[in-house]
Amino acid sequence: MAETMLAASGLTRRFGGLVAVDDVSIELRRGQIHAVIGTNGAGKSTLINLLAGEIAPTSGSVSLAGHAVTGTRPHRLARLGIGRTFQRSNVFAEFTALENCRLAAQARNPRAWALHERAARCATSSEAAARALAAVGLTARGDMPAGLLSHGERRELEIAMCLATDPTVLLLDEPLAGMGAEESQRVLELLRRLKPERAILLVEHDMDAVFAVADVITVMADGAVLASGAPETVRNDPAVREAYLGDAEFGPLAPLAGRGSG
Amino acid sequence: MSGARRVLPWLGLLALVLLPALAGKFYVELVAKIMIMAVFALSLDLLVGVTGLVSLGHAAFFGLASYVLVLATPDKYAAASLWTSLPLAVAASALLALAIGAVALRTRGVYFIMVTLALSQMVYFVFHDTKIAGGSDGTYLYVKPELKLGGRSLLDLNDSTQFYYAMLGLLLLTFAFLRLLLASRFGRALSGIRSNEQRMRALGFNTYAYKLAAFTIAGAIAGIAGYFAAAQFGFINPEMLSWHQSANVLLMVILGGLGNLFGAVVGAFTFVLLQDLFSSLTKHWLLLMGGFVILAVMLLPGGLTRADETWHAWLARMRRG
Repeated sequence: MAETMLAASGLTRRFGGLVAVDDVSIELRRGQIHAVIGTNGAGKSTLINLLAGEIAPTSGSVSLAGHAVTGTRPHRLARLGIGRTFQRSNVFAEFTALENCRLAAQARNPRAWALHERAARCATSSEAAARALAAVGLTARGDMPAGLLSHGERRELEIAMCLATDPTVLLLDEPLAGMGAEESQRVLELLRRLKPERAILLVEHDMDAVFAVADVITVMADGAVLASGAPETVRNDPAVREAYLGDAEFGPLAPLAGRGSG
Repeated sequence: MSGARRVLPWLGLLALVLLPALAGKFYVELVAKIMIMAVFALSLDLLVGVTGLVSLGHAAFFGLASYVLVLATPDKYAAASLWTSLPLAVAASALLALAIGAVALRTRGVYFIMVTLALSQMVYFVFHDTKIAGGSDGTYLYVKPELKLGGRSLLDLNDSTQFYYAMLGLLLLTFAFLRLLLASRFGRALSGIRSNEQRMRALGFNTYAYKLAAFTIAGAIAGIAGYFAAAQFGFINPEMLSWHQSANVLLMVILGGLGNLFGAVVGAFTFVLLQDLFSSLTKHWLLLMGGFVILAVMLLPGGLTRADETWHAWLARMRRG
């Protein structure tokens, strides 16, 4: 079994009376793309926010490479190797695409005291930024302010910024949302290339994409884990089929039905 | 207009260099005072314009350094040494900024404004309600600090022209330092925090530490300005630390334009010169000042230094109809 990089156990988060994430245990292993699917409001984004330290769990624990990191603040988790993207593009709109990535790479090499060194001349960060942009195919857009990029390009920049920090665990919140078919394919190829050295959590609504790249799938409903396992197992799980509109022919899991019963 | 942007700062600098040769003592002293206010405004621009932290308590750091200079000059006839009193005053301001920042930066937005206001007013009342340095009346600084090296005086602050050029040097030094800082990794991180603090945290930046460092640096620079303000006026009172003073310097930065450093300098000149002009016209000059500020923010929302952009945007709108 591949090495577990990020593990959550019994993770629960309540907002007042609402249980957004309910006793979720999940293990992200090196070399695996672990997809988390579920309807809107199933708690997928809250799960990412919990794993990234953006919000603290009501109960439960998180460990990174065997070390307890529950309640650790987000910037520390990021420096320990957890990279995340946001569901809504969350970029520095007035900076150029390259500068967005350079600033991301700078997090790994902060040298904040070196006031006499120009940030733009930092070879380490600039190279990491150029590599990240190239990885998502945005090199030609490097000098354009991020706010002027198309929606799909901004989604790609979102991923590039995450890559520029050289994370070992990637938490991707609907990276393909709003992307064209070609862009989606490029990102899926990228995820396959990235996965041997990393653990990837992929929250995604595009079921074709999920079943194309995921090694493990966890299905969430009402904050809790409904089913978890290999794509084949999940595809044929009666509880999953029941939860998705009762009949999988027309629901968001339609592609799953086609292949599952065939 | 981008040509004008390149040329105007150099013309301004040339005018400042030549002024003592062309104008009388009154103007030399007035412009020296304005340059001190420009240094003060530059320090606030680091917070408001660069980092996105609107502080309404910045005068506390300015005023504290003034008090430290006076308290470090206890004798009416013996001058304080600039070598020791300036670092002492700046260290005091920086420490106060570190303490106030440590508390205030735990809050955000309008709460941050209120907490900086409240904490700086506490400092104001310490000097207003106690007997320190004359209490609410303030006190005089009878002798200006000396700058000596090996028994020889390097700079005579009593001489208006020498003081003027010292302040011009200070303004250029502050401006150059902040330009360097803005282009450094630290400066880029501060801009990132203004743009999107959540993303900065998610990338691995300890944004609290960055903001606290910026707050402390800004407090120290405000302290330098406050020190020389006391040295020039030869008089201090608690008003130097009050929130009126904080609001004035905030207005300077907003009038000139946030975040590009030039705005702070242009804003300081505009504000103080207008104050002078309006108060010579009528004793109700605050009405005129208020009217001007309202007009300026309505017509030039980006500040005076972005007047060209505002103008182009307006022209483009007109053409589209």
